[in-house]
Amino acid sequence: MSALRDGSLLTGRELRHWARQPATPIFGTLFQIMLLLMFAFLFGGAIDLPGGGDYTSFLLPGMLALTMLFGLEGTMTAIGADTKKGITDRFRSMPISSAGVVLGRAGADLAVSVLNLVVLLIGGLLIGWRVTGGPGGALLAVLLLLWLRFAFLWVGIFLGLTFRSEGASMAVQILVWPLGFLSNAFVSPETMPGWIAAVSNVNPISATATAVRELFGNPTGATGGFFADNALALAVAWPLLLTLVFLPLSARAYRRLRS
Amino acid sequence: MTSPALEARALRKRFGTTAALDGFDLTVARGSVHGLLGPNGAGKSTAVRCLTTLARYDEGSAFVDGLDVALEGAAVRRRIGLVGQSAAVDEVLGGRENLVLFGRLSGLPKAAARSRADELLERFDLVDAATRAVSTYSGGMRRRLDIAASLLLRPAVLFLDEPTTGLDPRARNEVWRAVRDVVALGTTVLLTTQYLDEADQLADRISMLRAGRVIAEGTPEELKRRLGRDLLRVVVTEVGDLPRASAVLASIAGAEPVVDEAERSASVAVGSPTDALLKAARGLENVPLDDLGIRRPTLDEVFLTLTDTTTEVAA
Ligand SMILES: Nc1ncnc2c1ncn2[C@@H]1O[C@H](COP(=O)(O)OP(=O)(O)OP(=O)(O)O)[C@@H](O)[C@H]1O
Ligand SMILES: [Mg+2]
Repeated sequence: MSALRDGSLLTGRELRHWARQPATPIFGTLFQIMLLLMFAFLFGGAIDLPGGGDYTSFLLPGMLALTMLFGLEGTMTAIGADTKKGITDRFRSMPISSAGVVLGRAGADLAVSVLNLVVLLIGGLLIGWRVTGGPGGALLAVLLLLWLRFAFLWVGIFLGLTFRSEGASMAVQILVWPLGFLSNAFVSPETMPGWIAAVSNVNPISATATAVRELFGNPTGATGGFFADNALALAVAWPLLLTLVFLPLSARAYRRLRS
Repeated sequence: MTSPALEARALRKRFGTTAALDGFDLTVARGSVHGLLGPNGAGKSTAVRCLTTLARYDEGSAFVDGLDVALEGAAVRRRIGLVGQSAAVDEVLGGRENLVLFGRLSGLPKAAARSRADELLERFDLVDAATRAVSTYSGGMRRRLDIAASLLLRPAVLFLDEPTTGLDPRARNEVWRAVRDVVALGTTVLLTTQYLDEADQLADRISMLRAGRVIAEGTPEELKRRLGRDLLRVVVTEVGDLPRASAVLASIAGAEPVVDEAERSASVAVGSPTDALLKAARGLENVPLDDLGIRRPTLDEVFLTLTDTTTEVAA
């Protein structure tokens, strides 16, 4: 499959970027660690979980899900930069399939996400987070996280191809924060005021975070309700829905470059 | 293979209400360099993008190496190289890494991509900078790398969209040399430019583009002859002879000459230069002269005449 070959070549390109500019992955990683420590130690003592349990064990899966959301910025920035610099046009004038170009982006970004996950998991282990579920569940948890990242990939590609100004990427960088906070990543929705709790519950990040907590055997901060009971199904369905919407939109935006 | 390397017939392309191409015609013979000359917004990039399958044209037909651009896009992409208006290379990677990556993406096996990359680095004088990040390259080096990247698959037709815009004169000379090298290998080149001397220097034929339409086509010499008016110019030795010389020129051209006392010169536009020169030589037999001659208009003058939107010129 030539598309797979192109995809792996373009993933290799991203890894070479890391080798040449290690500051980018290093600072990205430090930033994650900083967030993790800040929330664990600064706010950890002040937050009571409904249903009980240790806050650090609750926090880590939330941070993992949040990191998948933040990856969207990276996708969008990379796609936008290639398009602006004419590299996308070079690809389009070469005998490469557009599927290959997209697979390359997907491979590169999933590689970044795997690195992010590994760093956070190690960081979590160091501050006391533990997996109490089985290894099968843990593996499934990681797959669910990457599945969420895969969905955000299409959102990022769509946004990167559609909104190409500096302002637009800035707006996305800012908007991911409220989107991330209006979830159960840091705080259980059961302790939130009514409408904020409602928004946080339907947030796709919450579904994945809850499912991952269950699979790792960590506290979920939920004592019941539709979203807690169906977390696993929602963690599969939400990314599927996002992909079904944004994959065609990305494909259309790519074709539109030809208009 | 007798088809031209490039052919466009009555291409039309609109963006909303703007007609970026408005009946664009072009024929480029194999192995030649064709210059597409026009001011900002004339439609040069749009023409290149349509011919390289990056953009779809609304009407008309286009052929690259005998292949229909609208129907055989994938085959066209295997025969062309494109150097776009901005240098499309990965800034973080080194020059060699760029060439190997693009070569492998074009379908070359690893070893072939590497040896082709080395060959091109050599040809474009980039060996010393091969492993350095492209972000440290000068504008001229970046352009040369860009051109090298578009030659990986030995394209039949190379498209260069304003390859020297924004470069200093030295870098521009480097790029010109690179283009001449490409041509020497038998590649057909379509080059867009806003610079007349560039078209004059590099192109075998030139199409002048205005508002999406070719308004004049020919060799640089033909265009100068056809569109510019030749100037008959005389420089007298004694400034006192200037009125007399001026009167002779006026009687030949049937128009008042432009007189420059400081230069001791008089000049006037003439229709048939050889004839006018002979008449002037006879009429000024007894006047001591420093110079008498015909001056060809520069391509600049032709360009300004043509692109002045108030002038209508038949192509
Ligand atoms: N994607 C686009 N959307 C809308 N209008 C466009 C688009 N691309 C080009 N145009 C318009 O089409 C016309 C031709 O543009 P084009 O870029 O082909 O000119 P050009 O000769 O390459 O100019 P320049 O010397 O500035 O590069 C211009 O009026 C331009 O504004
Ligand atoms: Mg242009």
